[in-house]
Amino acid sequence: MTFARSLKCRECAREYPLEALHVCEFCFGPVEVAYDYEAIARATSRGRIAAGPDTMWRYADFLPCDAGARIDLHAGFTPLVRSKNLAERLGLRELYIKNDTVNPTWSFKDRVVAVASSRARELGFTTIACASTGNLANSVSAHAARAGLEAFVFIPADLEQGKVLGSAIYNPTLVAVDGNYDEVNRLCAEIGDKYPWAFVNINVRPYYSEGSKTLGFETAEQLGWRAPDHCVVPIASGSLFTKIYKGFKELAAVGLIDNLNTRMSGAQADGCSPVAVAYREGTTNFRPVKPKTIAKSLAIGNPADGYYALRQMADTGGACASVSDDEVIEGMKLLAEAEGIFAETAGGVVIASLKKLVESGRIGRDEVTVAYITGAGLKTQEAVAEYVTEAHHVAPNIEAFEARLGERLLQTAGR
Amino acid sequence: MATKRVRFTFAPQLITLPIIYELGHQFQVVTNIRMADVDEQVGWVVLELEGDAAEIERGLDWAQAKGVRVDPIEGDVVEG
Repeated sequence: MTFARSLKCRECAREYPLEALHVCEFCFGPVEVAYDYEAIARATSRGRIAAGPDTMWRYADFLPCDAGARIDLHAGFTPLVRSKNLAERLGLRELYIKNDTVNPTWSFKDRVVAVASSRARELGFTTIACASTGNLANSVSAHAARAGLEAFVFIPADLEQGKVLGSAIYNPTLVAVDGNYDEVNRLCAEIGDKYPWAFVNINVRPYYSEGSKTLGFETAEQLGWRAPDHCVVPIASGSLFTKIYKGFKELAAVGLIDNLNTRMSGAQADGCSPVAVAYREGTTNFRPVKPKTIAKSLAIGNPADGYYALRQMADTGGACASVSDDEVIEGMKLLAEAEGIFAETAGGVVIASLKKLVESGRIGRDEVTVAYITGAGLKTQEAVAEYVTEAHHVAPNIEAFEARLGERLLQTAGR
Repeated sequence: MATKRVRFTFAPQLITLPIIYELGHQFQVVTNIRMADVDEQVGWVVLELEGDAAEIERGLDWAQAKGVRVDPIEGDVVEG
């Protein structure tokens, strides 16, 4: 059973039944899932969670769908890697990488889509849909395939073939929309209103976004049931940023962690940094922008939860950095070379921002810090293709090999 | 009759103009503000428009031509 109690408006606190509703009918504010925390506290325990599956569903007590409705691709419970090399380079005593590249469709979107599609099926929907340029489309297509649901996936008509393939393989109905980003966006919002589908980030968005909490739950559990001192999280819509912290707050509310003093810092690319700009200007009223960055998975110019992300930054004493595309590439390379993790461009944004925040003193040397890496690098190979090590070409004989690599061989022999 | 929920974002130079008033007078559209915030840098208004669907679209085109950014209240729904 679920302990979800209602949908509650984040602005005026009006409550609604747990249906497919995403904005308050009164003030048009966003609604989110509210729970009976006293009941969760009675039911849950560290032991109960530890005895659960090695997936995000071990935290089912904190999620808004019943066990019977679960659509399970085994998302979540991804590694929290203690960083040695990167930590040393940055001068941090205790740095962790939350490696969400290893999800079933290689991004954290599997967490949110798992919850959205499960709840959608529970509500009686037979079709799920999304509009996406990459990760979300992959995950919706895969979950629909697993559950036997219909999937409609809307993509911009000029999307690269490589990105289309990651969805097409699951055989959804792919709709390539001619038009610029704003036109695609407007069409999808209209379709979301008109058709009886579960549009995962529109009419079932309150459930969808709850999936991101599991990143917070896992972090705390993997740290030995404590919240970190500082988190660095990529910001696109701002939902991931706010929900990781909601996860920490819920663990504290039911007594599974003792203290919560986590500072939440955001990471954006300069070419799409409405939240970072508003942070620097000291306002929560961000100005929407037209994205222009290689970090496509973060290219949301008008972030639905931008205001809440900014408020949370201020409330927790966090900050927000933004980085150039060159820094994004450097960040991707740094993470790969230092820790053996190949992240997509959003990961480069996080690592470059982490570096900036440390260098500017926003993150202290002794803070237990977690950097969230949300998607795998093979999805955005084009971003780094021309910046990585090239092969040494040699003829097929040992002399040619030694002649070409001589100096390098001497270096390794001396070790 | 149709209704449409939208978010207007105003750049600083538009903040002092009575655009929503003019929208209601120049077009057969009822404007109903539900939430808003304005500071020196930016202003935004979330509102519901009621009228003939084509007339609402004409009114929104006019507002955009004036320089107002018009978005669905959901924000950007095309995600990465």
